[in-house]
Amino acid sequence: MYKIVRKEVLNPSVSLIEVEAPYIARKAEPGQFIILRVDEKGERIPFTIADYDRDKGTVTVIFQIVGKSTESLNELGEGDSLQDMVGPLGVASNFEGVKKVAVIGGGLGTAIAYPQAKKLHSMGVSVDMINGFRNKDLIIIEDLCKAACTNLYTMTDDGSNGNQGFVTAKLEELINSGEKYDLVVAIGPLVMMKAVCDLTRKYDIKTIVSMNPIMIDGTGMCGGCRITVGGETKFACVDGPDFDGHLVDFDSAIARSRMFKNQEAESRERAHKCRLEGMNNA
Amino acid sequence: MPNMSLEKVPMPEQEPNVRNKNFKEVTLGYTEEMAVEEAQRCLNCKHKPCMQGCPVMVKIPEFIALVAEGKFEEAYKKIQETSSLPAVCGRVCPQENQCEKFCVRGIKGEPVAIGRLERFVADWYMENCKSVSEKPESNGKKVAVVGAGPSGLTCAGDLAKLGYKVTVFEAFHTPGGVLVYGIPEFRLPKDIVAAEVNKLKELGVEVMTNMVIGKVLSVEELLNEEGYDAVFIGTGAGLPSFMKIEGESLNGVYSANEFLTRINLMKAYKFPEYDTPVYVGKNVVVVGGGNVAMDAARSAKRLGAENVYIVYRRSEEEMPARLEEVHHAKEEGIEFKLLNNPVKINGDENGWVDSVTCIKMELGEPDKSGRRRPVPVEGSEFDLDADVVVVAIGQTPNPLIKNTTPDLETNRYGCIVAKEETGETSKTGVYAGGDVVTGAATVILAMGAGKTAAASIDEYLSQRKK
Ligand SMILES: Cc1cc2nc3c(=O)[nH]c(=O)nc-3n(C[C@H](O)[C@H](O)[C@H](O)COP(=O)(O)OP(=O)(O)OC[C@H]3O[C@@H](n4cnc5c(N)ncnc54)[C@H](O)[C@@H]3O)c2cc1C
Ligand SMILES: Cc1cc2nc3c(=O)[nH]c(=O)nc-3n(C[C@H](O)[C@H](O)[C@H](O)COP(=O)(O)OP(=O)(O)OC[C@H]3O[C@@H](n4cnc5c(N)ncnc54)[C@H](O)[C@@H]3O)c2cc1C
Ligand code: SF4
Ligand code: SF4
Ligand code: FES
Repeated sequence: MYKIVRKEVLNPSVSLIEVEAPYIARKAEPGQFIILRVDEKGERIPFTIADYDRDKGTVTVIFQIVGKSTESLNELGEGDSLQDMVGPLGVASNFEGVKKVAVIGGGLGTAIAYPQAKKLHSMGVSVDMINGFRNKDLIIIEDLCKAACTNLYTMTDDGSNGNQGFVTAKLEELINSGEKYDLVVAIGPLVMMKAVCDLTRKYDIKTIVSMNPIMIDGTGMCGGCRITVGGETKFACVDGPDFDGHLVDFDSAIARSRMFKNQEAESRERAHKCRLEGMNNA
Repeated sequence: MPNMSLEKVPMPEQEPNVRNKNFKEVTLGYTEEMAVEEAQRCLNCKHKPCMQGCPVMVKIPEFIALVAEGKFEEAYKKIQETSSLPAVCGRVCPQENQCEKFCVRGIKGEPVAIGRLERFVADWYMENCKSVSEKPESNGKKVAVVGAGPSGLTCAGDLAKLGYKVTVFEAFHTPGGVLVYGIPEFRLPKDIVAAEVNKLKELGVEVMTNMVIGKVLSVEELLNEEGYDAVFIGTGAGLPSFMKIEGESLNGVYSANEFLTRINLMKAYKFPEYDTPVYVGKNVVVVGGGNVAMDAARSAKRLGAENVYIVYRRSEEEMPARLEEVHHAKEEGIEFKLLNNPVKINGDENGWVDSVTCIKMELGEPDKSGRRRPVPVEGSEFDLDADVVVVAIGQTPNPLIKNTTPDLETNRYGCIVAKEETGETSKTGVYAGGDVVTGAATVILAMGAGKTAAASIDEYLSQRKK
């Protein structure tokens, strides 16, 4: 069992948990992920390793509550245990030779981008981090990010934090003001990553994106996570999750991400209903 | 006086139209009376022809004679002398190509139902004898087994009995390999696999799940840092092949691995009680002709698909699936589109599968495998409606271990090179067996390879000076 030693609520729909998983903590690197199961009947759900502590033997993940499985995960608190956690999976990010990088996080993608920014920053790379959220109430881990980069720009779609605009607009503004990035790391919703790639292609800046398709095993055994990169089929769990954004076929990835929409809704509805019925019976 | 009936005592089974709606076991097993009656068909041949068909040399005439006498516990012990998973093998061995193929009763009439008897004995024992295995005395040596499929579990059991401290590292959250994630409940109840794993635990074997070797620990680290004296690799052939035709990334196209893992390991057939979903739709096309294809097709039917097609490019004669499964699949209403090959998967405007374009095939000259090579009939394309396509055309070994163990030799199919008689690989102290060496094969061969490796690991470690 994998004990939760710390839990923090970052905003109404995003939480952080630090979990005892000594073997994983020993090997984890930025860019890698774990797969966990809340209980015996649960799905295997993948999460990026947001942080790790090799001495304490813990792994931290930051998750957004979007459906049934993340809801049940969020019901656990400090001292509770997860049924399973496997990792570290995927290829660690490789940042050799870069000097100035823009790291872009979209919404929850900020949590996935954070360990990468932190790693780059600790390597002495100049890091500009641009994070975008729909409004100021959704902003997460601002302090952590601030400590993991040279300049932090936090944007909101509605301008409620006083900084209105999409991350792409900010990035273009920085590029036009003369910032010379030799790499852009963009992590967030597929449409956002696609928009960033369209922009950086124009300026010919290499761009890495993190692909989060539906996964089961995370070891290359089901093929469910396949995406098209440069015309070839790749398995995101073993070949990625980081890929060259200019080669990723985002349109087919967007179509594939809708695969289980109906059943996910059913699973959720049923969970709510059971809970309500449970109350009636009580 | 032997029972001279030309036919096997029939095995009771669920009615096709009932069972194709549930996931309970299809065949119900012999009663004691039926087992004794069937056992009496065995002629106890002196030269034991049946045994040469069994990869692990189960002492067939001897155990059957014990069944005929009603000595079921002794029969079990007799089988156990050479085989460690009789409840599994009795159910899933392709007996028609193995033991039963050589049975003299098969010359005129049906062979003795060796598989069914083996299953009966194993089930009877499990139900009636609650024996607790004794923990053998430790010899102080540690062996790591990678992969908890039939090869790894067998190797672990044999070594534990010899006093080794064995740890099994399994990538998934449940041990069993294909026996839990691939073969469905209706063919092999998962309780049986769990019972086998528990027996190992009683012997002192430690099973560590959620451990992907090559990621969390490397083979090198197992040997040099974690203090294991030897490593057995039994990681199977888990990498799915796709057809590399247009439309394979459409929604609704699954590898058989994904489809069956969702259903079996994650219990999507109990969705929404269990959280993992699987989508089957109305029309399902399964591509392939092996056990994997049969399992996928029969699972789809059970999940409510109206029309389930098996599309296979050769004829029924060449189908590698067990005879019994093909027979059961037909009874359950699976439609066989033989001598057909998919050439393209067509999607709708939302990126979902809509139909599969197939081309008719005819059999030409025999190829390397001795099977007649299928060749397309020009201009014979037609469309088959499909909401879901399951690709079951084979698997190869996962490259994870190969890529993280530098001096481990593999062949061009990615299979680990290991000596057949010993399981030795190119790396000292590292042994391998099962599908990771042979490519996708059978449970009994994997088990046999695990046994062989256990014996040579024992020899190696007994000789090696500490
Ligand atoms: C490599 C990787 C890293 C990830 N890292 C994080 C992270 O750090 N934090 C975080 O909050 N989320 C992360 N995700 C996404 C997270 O796994 C899903 O949000 C979660 O599985 C949703 O489960 P649910 O049952 O609560 O929601 P559901 O109702 O099942 O689904 C809601 C949405 O999540 C997506 N989803 C569902 N199941 C999966 C699955 N098995 N794999 C991927 N996406 C799925 C669906 O496309 C759907 O749009 C990551 C996904 C991947 C593949
Ligand atoms: C759907 C299906 C139906 C079948 N039906 C039959 C049948 O009826 N009769 C028959 O005889 N055979 C059948 N087979 C074939 C048979 O199941 C296999 O030949 C047999 O299971 C191989 O055993 P194995 O121990 O080599 O590997 P597997 O059973 O594949 O087990 C390998 C194990 O290793 C684990 N693993 C992989 N990589 C790692 C890693 N890096 N670290 C840790 N663990 C790892 C896997 O998760 C898995 O649990 C079928 C196969 C399938 C897929
Ligand atoms: S193990 Fe398989 S091949 Fe051997 S006797 Fe039993 S059923 Fe036949
Ligand atoms: S060949 Fe058939 S009849 Fe002869 S011993 Fe074997 S099972 Fe019995
Ligand atoms: S998650 Fe199964 S192959 Fe990637």
